[in-house]
Amino acid sequence: MSAASTTAAASRFRLRAIPGLAGPAPVIVSVTILAVVVIAAAIAPLITTFTPDQVDLAATLRPPGTAGHLLGTDSTGRDIFSRVIFGARVSLVPPLLVTALASAIGITLGVVCGWFGGMVDAGLSRVVDFLFAFPGLLVAMLAVALFGRGLTAPTVGLIVAFTPYVARLARNLVIQEKSRPYVEAYRQQGFGNHTIAFAKVLPNIAPTLLAQCALGFGYALVDLAALSYLGLGVQPPTADWGVMVAEGQDALVQGVAFPVLFPCIAVLLVVVAVNIVGDYLGDKLSGRVAA
Amino acid sequence: MLLFAGKRLASLVLTMFVSSIVIFGSLYLVPGDPAVYLAGSDKVTPEQLDALRAEYNLDDPFLTRYVDWLGGVLHGNFGQSLQYKESVGHLLAGRIPTSGLLVAYAGVLILVVGLTMGLIGALNRGAIDRAVLVIISATIAMPVFVSAVLLLTVFSVELGWFPATGGGAGLLDRLWHLTLPAIALALSLSGAVARVARASFVDSVDRDHVAVARSRGIPERHVVRRHVVRNALGPVATMAGLVIAGLIVTTTIVETAFGLNGIGSLLQRSVAQQDFPVVQAISLVVVAAFLVCNTIVDLLYPIIDPRVASWRRPA
Repeated sequence: MSAASTTAAASRFRLRAIPGLAGPAPVIVSVTILAVVVIAAAIAPLITTFTPDQVDLAATLRPPGTAGHLLGTDSTGRDIFSRVIFGARVSLVPPLLVTALASAIGITLGVVCGWFGGMVDAGLSRVVDFLFAFPGLLVAMLAVALFGRGLTAPTVGLIVAFTPYVARLARNLVIQEKSRPYVEAYRQQGFGNHTIAFAKVLPNIAPTLLAQCALGFGYALVDLAALSYLGLGVQPPTADWGVMVAEGQDALVQGVAFPVLFPCIAVLLVVVAVNIVGDYLGDKLSGRVAA
Repeated sequence: MLLFAGKRLASLVLTMFVSSIVIFGSLYLVPGDPAVYLAGSDKVTPEQLDALRAEYNLDDPFLTRYVDWLGGVLHGNFGQSLQYKESVGHLLAGRIPTSGLLVAYAGVLILVVGLTMGLIGALNRGAIDRAVLVIISATIAMPVFVSAVLLLTVFSVELGWFPATGGGAGLLDRLWHLTLPAIALALSLSGAVARVARASFVDSVDRDHVAVARSRGIPERHVVRRHVVRNALGPVATMAGLVIAGLIVTTTIVETAFGLNGIGSLLQRSVAQQDFPVVQAISLVVVAAFLVCNTIVDLLYPIIDPRVASWRRPA
């Protein structure tokens, strides 16, 4: 693909980012779902009638639709709707942090490696290859074993685990991009190395990286929820989707499924929606990329 | 060819070596006294701390301790568990059969389901293929703990077809107890294999030699097996290797969900209790399994796809 059509792809991306423009139906539905979840999480106190950890032992395991409890109550009488909505905050913000920081570090490393090549590239590529042997879940658990349960350790662990993926993608993209004529043109005009790499090349590969970030967010969300489910991440009684699934499993054994189902549905909806949006961005914007 | 195999094995050993340093050294990332960390609480007497220092040789220089530890590991001695007061090697040995069987079971399911879905999609373009694509997207997005809990809900609690917890005794009973956990893993992970398989098969079906084979009246079954599948297996093997290597960590989730007594649930308990000698040993096993899996795929690649004559994986 030529430099001209690359920039054209980039500007098409900006156009499409304007709300209301047409796209395939699943993408529109996904974006809507994500918007609703984010807004609901932001205004959680306004749309819930209970606090997420308000125990009511007189009203345990009320089925969904009970007056006042839209999604019913769990085995200690807490309102499931309130917990799902408040849980969105705890479940969505840390993966966002993981994605943002892993991307910032990974993109910087990747662009530097790809652009300058040589020893720096060889050295950092070795480190990155080495880190691939450590699955994200393992790094996160190692971090919990060292620094204790809670959100901080697994968040840091996942940043370490995800950075190599972003770095490798950014590096490969920069190497492809470096040989395009427009880079030489900027050089002829007297632009410096850093300016071309970060101000001219980076914006051109940004859409592809963004698509990868969307998928990375999905992985981070799933891994962190799984850690909370395992009792290693967010600690009860804090409302988190993973914690809710773990807590609901007691009721499940007694044959009551809904306390487990609603947080499961919440995780699934968000992850499916994020993947659809990420895939769409990836397909539309990065036809020239082999990750 | 021997040179290639030698290089791959050397890089495997080297990576393993560096991993062991990282895993062993990570203990020193924790701020403060390692003895206090190993004791698991601040309320210990100086005598207890001294005992811990003596037991783990904490007063020796880092390199000495690392070499001692590595020497032990190479002789199958992973140290003592802090919570079980038992040798880590013994703890692992008792649990490896359950986890090994689960990984093998799930691995077979993932391959069968992944390849079948990919093939169905690639051979029936149109509505069926679109349905396959939707199923693939849905399963790729399905977190393992969600599929585990959903399977528990439907098949153990509602229908009562499968046991909800425990490992069972005897091979058949064990397989019976491992069926839902294996399906949970396959449900979430076969999508990744199916996606690559479908793309690879689609690419292969469209090749001229397939059209020629069909035009010459070669039976469709034969065309599919010899000309479509055989040509497309390379990328599938790479993906399957990655997924199966990753299974060893993912079993933590299903083993905990289904109350199985394996390596994964031991890892979960040891992480929760900050039982570092056990965590260290299992991390090493996980990384080793991951690296060995990938090396095997790399070494098999030229046999799977003889066109890769240089014994090197295509980029």
